[in-house]
This record gives sequence, structure tokens and C-alpha cells, in this order.
Amino acid sequence: MTSGADEMEATRTRLISGPGILLVWLYGVMVVGAVSRSVYQIATEFDRAPLAYSLSAVAGVVYGFITYTLVRGGETARKAALVCCAAELAGVLIVGTWTLLEPSAFPDATVWSKYGMGYVFIPVLLPVSALYWLRKARTEQQVD
Amino acid sequence: MLDALTLATGVAALLLAAWCGWAAYRDQPTKDWHFIGMAVVSVLALVQLVIGIVQLARGEKPEQGTTIFVAYLLGAFACIPAAGFMSLAERTRWGSVTVAAGGVVLAVLEVRLYDIWGG
Repeated sequence: MTSGADEMEATRTRLISGPGILLVWLYGVMVVGAVSRSVYQIATEFDRAPLAYSLSAVAGVVYGFITYTLVRGGETARKAALVCCAAELAGVLIVGTWTLLEPSAFPDATVWSKYGMGYVFIPVLLPVSALYWLRKARTEQQVD
Repeated sequence: MLDALTLATGVAALLLAAWCGWAAYRDQPTKDWHFIGMAVVSVLALVQLVIGIVQLARGEKPEQGTTIFVAYLLGAFACIPAAGFMSLAERTRWGSVTVAAGGVVLAVLEVRLYDIWGG
């Protein structure tokens, strides 16, 4: 690692410039959506669909972490966000498929049910665009 | 009264989304006029919040529960100002895209509010 790279690390790669700001906004919306939904459902009717509500809560936490790393910026945060987005994508795909194959396990919907259909498919589109953006952010940094 | 307001806010939110989407298409950041537009939509959402709470205070019950109703009212009110501040931080077309996305999100919230209140 050269001193130039150190300097870059000190100023932190900004991950929220340009299209990044849109990602932060959408992730922010999903955080509010998933967290408030799961808090309410776990507090009032957890027994009805424990698996679905727990998964919504996990989704909310993952969204929260990604939002934080995007806002914070920097190379470490970028890598952490990459890992989380990949995990999120895997989560959406697994839970989405699961809800289609075995609807009986889910008496109520989660954020990730049917690949996020209840949320205009934002849950499945978001990680894909975020992964693209995060990879692009690194390439641009190297070009500088 | 509340239904009319929900409809008005939803339509205004979509108009705002189209307007800011147009700005983004022309590669422009949000400008003063856009912020006035955001203010108008936010005032509508605020009026909706107040009237919603007044309706609750008068003893009317939303079909899907008071907590969810109030949560959505608060979310609808916070939506556009939050997107607006983000577009202040990002003075490019992407700030406009963010506000446009905020308008779409608000419109979705209004549809949900309509259902929650019970049409």
C-alpha cells in the first residue's frame, strides 16, 4: 500500500456521491419499513408467524448496517457493505424461493416474501444495484 | 375528508416525482422551484397527519389498527423532507432522482394509508 492509498483511506472514499445518494435513500426507506414493521409485529402478534417476523427483523438489521457503512464511507466500509449486500441478495433469493415452495411456513408475509413483491421488488433490485455501485466505486478510486 | 386528502397528497407526490424525474433526465440538480414543490407536498402530508390525529381523537378507528395508521402518517410526513435534505447534499442529477424516488415512495405510502384507514 502506497502513501497515496493511505491518504485516500484518511479522506475515506465517498460512497454516497452520485448514484450512491439514491442507494442510501432507498436503503433508509427499507430500514424504516423493515424495522418498524418487525418491531410492531413481534411486539403484538409474534406467535402467529415467528419465522416471518424474525426474518423481517434480520432484514431490517442488515439494511441498517448497509446504510451506515454507505454513509460512513472508506475502503473497509465498502468491503463490509459488499459482503452485506451479497448476504442480502442471498437472503432475498433464499427466502423468496422458500416462500414460493412452502407458503405454509409463512402464515404472514416478510419483507423478502416472493422476492420482495410487496415492496415493488425493491428488496431484490437494491442489492444488485448496490453491488454494482460498490464495485464501480473501487474501480474509480484506482483510476484516480 | 381524510380520503380526499390522501388522494390529493398521493397525486401531488406523483407530480413531484415526475417533475424531479424530468430535472434528472435533463441532468439538473433540484432548484428553488423544486424545493417549493417539496414544501407544498410536505404541507399536504402535515395537514394529513394533523387531520388523521384529530379523527383518532374524535374516536374513529382505522380498520387496520391505530399504531400502524399513526406510523404511516409519520412516515408520510417525513418522507419528502428527508429526500429534500439529501438532494441538498448531492447537487447533481442524482439529488433529483432521489427526490423523485421519494415522491414514488410517498405515493405508495398514501395507497397503504388509504387501505389502513379502510377506504
